[in-house]
Amino acid sequence: MSLAAQLRVKRGDLSLELELSVDPGRTLALVGPNGAGKSTALGAIAGLVPNEGTVRVGDRVLDELPVEQRRVGCVFQDYLLFPHLTVLENVAFGPRATGMPRSAARQAASDWLARLDLAALAQRRPAQLSGGQAQRVALARALATDPEVLLLDEPLAALDVEIRADVRAELATHLADYAGLTIVVTHSLADVTALALDVIVLERGRATQRGSLAELTAAPATPYVERLTRPAPVG
Amino acid sequence: MRRSFLTPALWIPAGLAIALLGLPLVALIVRAPWAQLPELLSRSEVLQALGLSLGTASIATVVSLALGIPLALVLARSADWPAVPRRLLRALVTVPLVLPPVVGGVALLLLLGRRGLIGQFLPFQIPFSTTAVVIAQVFVAMPFLVLAVESAVRASDRRFETAAATLGATRWTILRRVTLPLVAPGVSAGALLCFTRALGEFGATITFAGSFPGVTQTLPIATYLELQRDPDAAIALSLTLMVVSVAVLVTLRDRWVPGLTS
Repeated sequence: MSLAAQLRVKRGDLSLELELSVDPGRTLALVGPNGAGKSTALGAIAGLVPNEGTVRVGDRVLDELPVEQRRVGCVFQDYLLFPHLTVLENVAFGPRATGMPRSAARQAASDWLARLDLAALAQRRPAQLSGGQAQRVALARALATDPEVLLLDEPLAALDVEIRADVRAELATHLADYAGLTIVVTHSLADVTALALDVIVLERGRATQRGSLAELTAAPATPYVERLTRPAPVG
Repeated sequence: MRRSFLTPALWIPAGLAIALLGLPLVALIVRAPWAQLPELLSRSEVLQALGLSLGTASIATVVSLALGIPLALVLARSADWPAVPRRLLRALVTVPLVLPPVVGGVALLLLLGRRGLIGQFLPFQIPFSTTAVVIAQVFVAMPFLVLAVESAVRASDRRFETAAATLGATRWTILRRVTLPLVAPGVSAGALLCFTRALGEFGATITFAGSFPGVTQTLPIATYLELQRDPDAAIALSLTLMVVSVAVLVTLRDRWVPGLTS
């Protein structure tokens, strides 16, 4: 089962036209400068932004489905953990919302917290978490709904630079365990290296280059790609 | 520490303002017939008025919550409506705040009275009943709740609702488990304002519901009537109203409002 999407979105100044596909086990990275339409593309797949194109997962057409029935999990840039709920309740929210009885949902949430090494934080509120912890909780919350597609919008951007490498490595491990289809939006080369096999460069709503990171590095198609892939000084 | 550039001259009008707000309460406390207070307050008509007031104000608050929260949500999300209906709706909610309550009472009579716009078709009579007391209180007090909840909804981050939808939550679940809990402090503050306003309601109530002891004679009305018959009783009643209001303010503030933010 794979994801095939034609995205056609008009939003203010932005006109997004993008075709993409994701196969299981091959995380796709959407990279590009600010305002290129990366988050809008994720929104269109999740159903948060009206899309004139078509999004399919396997033989399931998502276009007619409301957000809550798409089975597309999201990790937002600032995580959006519910501030009035504990970590456990945040993760149990999805299972509960999709009809699981309370105790089963809490059990499922506990299992996810244990898998992501968060069991000790179950009773904390989001305000009491570090950035890296909050990110893992957001990931656990998205995965607990058993999504077919997982979208991560700049999952490391909100973190302090010092801890990014560690959190990135952890995230890579967890994404490797996830059997669904993953798209990650980023503008960091390190994220692409650690998390994704395929890359689409998005500039002003259009794909300017596609391929593996090696292909991009070997023959950058635009000045942006060249800057992105140029060996940077360490740090 | 911040240096203050307040000129000392401001203290004169500010002091007058403090005196104007504070001294009447001092007078009430000083002149209260403390010795007879237990006797005055245990009179059956006082207890009756107190019970009626607490009961009707509570029901009015519950009704205001049930109707006012949905209205506040509609109002908060009306930003993308055309200007005319949007402003009309906002004006409608705000009018009872500026309208003299007596006028509200007259208007309610003209709507629900025996020959009123709707009242003439009703098989039962609303004016001068306990129901009328509650309706008058809701009319006057609900806007406080609506505006408090609306500003809380506007201030809350709607993207939490988006996040909830991606987790599989239906609109109803989102409302129940995300939107409302996030605005709970605004709801409790609004309910508090609404209750105290309903408790003190006088003008609309006496116009629309009259003052039948035990049926429509709430504490403020009883206080006003006693002032002519038995001033000491009126002072005792005023003191009671003040204590109830202050007590509501203090207890609910401490229990609800910060409890949800910490």
